Amino acid sequence: MSEKTATKKAAATKAAAKSTPASVTATTTAPEPASAPAVRLDVRKTYKLFIGGAFPRSESGRSYQVTSADGAFLANAALASRKDARDAVAKARAAFSGWSGATAFLRGQILYRVAEMLEGRRGQFVAEIRSVEGLSEAKARAQVDAAIDRLVWYAGWTDKIGQIRSTANPVSGPFWNVSSPEPTGVVALFAPERPALLGLISVLAPAIATGNTAVLVAPDSAALPAISLAEVLATSDLPGGVVNILTGKASELGKPLAEHLDVDALDLAGIADLEFATTLEQAAAENLKRVLRPSAAPVDWTEAPGTRRLTAFLETKTVWHPVGS
Amino acid sequence: MQAAPKPPSTYDLSGVGGGDAALRRFLLGLPGVDKVGLEARSARLGTRSIKTTAKAAGIDLAIRMIDLTTLEGADTAGKVRSLCAKARRPDPSDPSCPSTAAVCVYPDMAALAKAELAGSGIHVAAVATAFPAGRSSREVKLADTRLAVDAGADEVDMVIDRGAFLSGRFQDVFDEIVAVKEACTGSDGRTAHLKVILETGELATYDNVRRASWLAMLAGADFIKTSTGKVSPAATLPVTLLMLEAIRDYTAQTGRKVGMKPAGGIRTTKDALNYLVTVNETLGEGWLDPDWFRFGASSLLNDLLMQRQKLASGRYSGPNYVTVD
Amino acid sequence: MGIFDYAPAPESRAVVDIKPSYGLFIGGEFVPATGGAFKSVNPATEEVLAEIGQASAADVDRAVAAARQAYGAVWSRMPGSERAKYLFRIARIIQERSRELAVLESIDNGKPIRETRDVDVPLVAAHFFHYAGWADKLEFAGYGAQPRPLGVAAQVIPWNFPLLMLAWKIAPALACGNTVVLKPAETTPLTALLFAEICRQAELPAGVVNIITGAGETGAALVAHPGVDKVAFTGSTAVGRAIARTVAGTNKKLTLELGGKAANIVFDDAPIDQAVEGVIDSIFFNQGQVCCAGSRLLVQESIQDELLDALRRRMGTLRLGDPLDKNTDVGAINSAEQLARITELTAAGEAEGAERWSPACELPAQGFWFAPTIFTNVSATHRIAREEIFGPVLSVLTFRTPDEAIAKANNTPYGLSAGVWTEKGSRILSMAKRLRAGVVWANTFNKFDPSSPFGGYKESGYGREGGLHGLEAYLDV
Repeated sequence: MSEKTATKKAAATKAAAKSTPASVTATTTAPEPASAPAVRLDVRKTYKLFIGGAFPRSESGRSYQVTSADGAFLANAALASRKDARDAVAKARAAFSGWSGATAFLRGQILYRVAEMLEGRRGQFVAEIRSVEGLSEAKARAQVDAAIDRLVWYAGWTDKIGQIRSTANPVSGPFWNVSSPEPTGVVALFAPERPALLGLISVLAPAIATGNTAVLVAPDSAALPAISLAEVLATSDLPGGVVNILTGKASELGKPLAEHLDVDALDLAGIADLEFATTLEQAAAENLKRVLRPSAAPVDWTEAPGTRRLTAFLETKTVWHPVGS
Repeated sequence: MQAAPKPPSTYDLSGVGGGDAALRRFLLGLPGVDKVGLEARSARLGTRSIKTTAKAAGIDLAIRMIDLTTLEGADTAGKVRSLCAKARRPDPSDPSCPSTAAVCVYPDMAALAKAELAGSGIHVAAVATAFPAGRSSREVKLADTRLAVDAGADEVDMVIDRGAFLSGRFQDVFDEIVAVKEACTGSDGRTAHLKVILETGELATYDNVRRASWLAMLAGADFIKTSTGKVSPAATLPVTLLMLEAIRDYTAQTGRKVGMKPAGGIRTTKDALNYLVTVNETLGEGWLDPDWFRFGASSLLNDLLMQRQKLASGRYSGPNYVTVD
Repeated sequence: MGIFDYAPAPESRAVVDIKPSYGLFIGGEFVPATGGAFKSVNPATEEVLAEIGQASAADVDRAVAAARQAYGAVWSRMPGSERAKYLFRIARIIQERSRELAVLESIDNGKPIRETRDVDVPLVAAHFFHYAGWADKLEFAGYGAQPRPLGVAAQVIPWNFPLLMLAWKIAPALACGNTVVLKPAETTPLTALLFAEICRQAELPAGVVNIITGAGETGAALVAHPGVDKVAFTGSTAVGRAIARTVAGTNKKLTLELGGKAANIVFDDAPIDQAVEGVIDSIFFNQGQVCCAGSRLLVQESIQDELLDALRRRMGTLRLGDPLDKNTDVGAINSAEQLARITELTAAGEAEGAERWSPACELPAQGFWFAPTIFTNVSATHRIAREEIFGPVLSVLTFRTPDEAIAKANNTPYGLSAGVWTEKGSRILSMAKRLRAGVVWANTFNKFDPSSPFGGYKESGYGREGGLHGLEAYLDV
């Protein structure tokens, strides 16, 4: 896997040193001018949204500036609107039956493939995290490694969470009775802005591992690693629509998603304003969405996550059947 | 030593013919079909590797089994003429390529097709009975049939009344087939062969397909056919396997052979060879003949021709080396 | 020449590279065996494939020491998340080299390429994937907050599913933090030796996996070795008994997966065509050389004739021949000894008065072959109704009622598996409840999955492989 260089940082910190191509005339014999060596201009990445497996711009046509930790311009990210959110939910719903109907083994294979693809682009992500979060090389690398390892961890859960959450219930009577978990449906996730990559993976992977499909809001500067991650997802055999990523403002996208009647669950991890989180939870009550509240205290995303995020978006189905000849 | 007396066969027909209730009891008493098991057996047949001589033989046999079909609202005399020309001589560059078994058209095109195919030995099959939906009166359906027969059609492809079937009115479905069969004998005493289309995609369950297959055969079908091609799913390998098994059991019980035709969705040589393998290993060589097995297809022919060309030349062919129609 | 005879469709042997001779894989290296050598033979052709090292007692010693060293110094100290990644690597390499493994397995074992390609090798990869995912989740498995491994596991596997049995043993052992010394069967060492290469490709730390080849003596020395904490054996009940005696009184944990004489019960309301397929698969898959084979068909008397007619008709479409031909359904018997055993028992069947039938079948001149065979009019007292034949031979008995089916099905010292065919849900559950077997297949047969525990009751052994239950054997719990 080739590693891309951090084009944005290079563009931001370099002076606009456009090279003048040395004029080449066949007949000239004059010596080369003693100027600075030719500098190659980077081809900058355009950051669009990730919906239904494709990369559309926001239907609103808007964007917002993402700057580095020290204020330099990095990119214009797409500013997702409520209509983008609506479209994303539709794609997530369309993808649900296929994704939840896939074998757990297949979902695990795909998540492991995401980890493989992310590992291959480690350098790219390290550079991007450094510029977005202003971290040292070592800290950025630690975050990316933790994100990859977390994906591997969740890849291994797909065919096991059902086992540890299922029971054969010894009811009184001649009945076979089994309880087992099923995915809830379409989950709207609000990723934390920091740590940009690890936080995103930590909320996304457990939701989709069990068969849910996701609309994920990557706020503010987290947009850049989020859309780069979308490129990884798009090359990992993940069916289109299983993950949809909207970049922009949680303050704008929160309400439409929290109110949306075709969204089954909400993860408010990235909503720092607890009053706002409360209004969203109230809006979610309309169709009794399952809601994961944000933590009041700061979260250490490097800690072992446990199974809570896996089980939060599972429904338990209990089946009875008589036993007799 | 005298053998112990045996119980009647599962398929014993001695009660049937005594009215709706007896017919219903027979059909509902047929063995069920395990979907997973049926599909697994069908998939296993799909792993047969048909190469070299077997492939060449299979391709030519498949071509000879095609009912080359055009069933569009936009059909014109020009379109039907082209179709007939192609049925006679599918590969303009290779006269050794066999003709197809038949062409399949709407009844108002049957006379034209008959004229175009005069002397070729290729049959004219006409759909009838308010194809594809079959939603009209008995009178209209019989008139539709007579239209086809009087135009000279050698074969009539009728549709069963799925509404009647799904609401349990088996006798009505039965009676309709009997009436259409009668109408297949023209005033000149010639009798067209009757293919009965079950529209398996609408019957939805394999149990229904088994019942409908038996119902059609009991009512006198010469061929049972999967689908109109206008509804998805059309023909599939598992549903074909099931219908061939029903034919096997019916023929064993009554001594009367019935043919089979999968139609719609069969596009590639690989598909066609899988169907032939399925026939071969379920019914044997007796059905590996255009008199007893047909493919309802249009685009399949070009893929067969390209594969045939490749076997002859060693080179992969392309769409420019076969005709568009 | 028929209308549609399938032309030969041989899978190419070019993908495998069989060396003339092999040593033992100890401490991450291939080293010469010091106990002599023996030959591995292609059972379909009797050609000699390679010379295989015979591990002596000293070699066994070395292997156990290497495993102990790797356990203490490296593997037991490694976090589960890193162990997981080694297992994921191995799983991926198995997928990448799947064709090579499938062809090699067919050549060494005699089973059809269609089975190794479509069943064995995919299951092998799946097993490593599944257990890779457990390595860093043991605290969630219900065995306590920090379950510890046992140490060094001695694993002896049979010849019927060489690579799959290797996967069933090594994957959970490593996931739980143990190191292993594994002895493949003497007639089928090649895929285990290729697996050793795969361990090297994955850069698995030296000594975590050790593969020692040899015959019964090597296996006995291995399981008796005092440096071993855990013994896992799959094979015959006779050898399983001997191993149980050997470890008695020691601290060694033992799991055994032994023989079977499974009853496959078909009721009059079975989905009949799928039941026929299921019966065929249950006894002719892998030439019937399967511990959980449905070797006794128990058919409800009311549909006996119809079912038998359908079975015979279906047996007529089975294709016996070159295992590397993609259209082959029935391959070679694994060895001359096994063929002799099958021949002896089927002769006994005839002698005792059962009626024998096989479809017309041309057996190749070279190699070890046995035509698919069905015995009817079998009584419960016949040897072919009681003893495990381990070949493509079906014994058919009848029953009248569910109770009678249960009584006959359970009337055996074995208890590995059973099959039930009926469309009635409550009957499936009632039969499943009463059948004394570790695996009950309803309206299906021979289905395996790494997440699904497998193992027997009674003399079919104890312990389970697969799933959450399969971890227990390799943890100190």
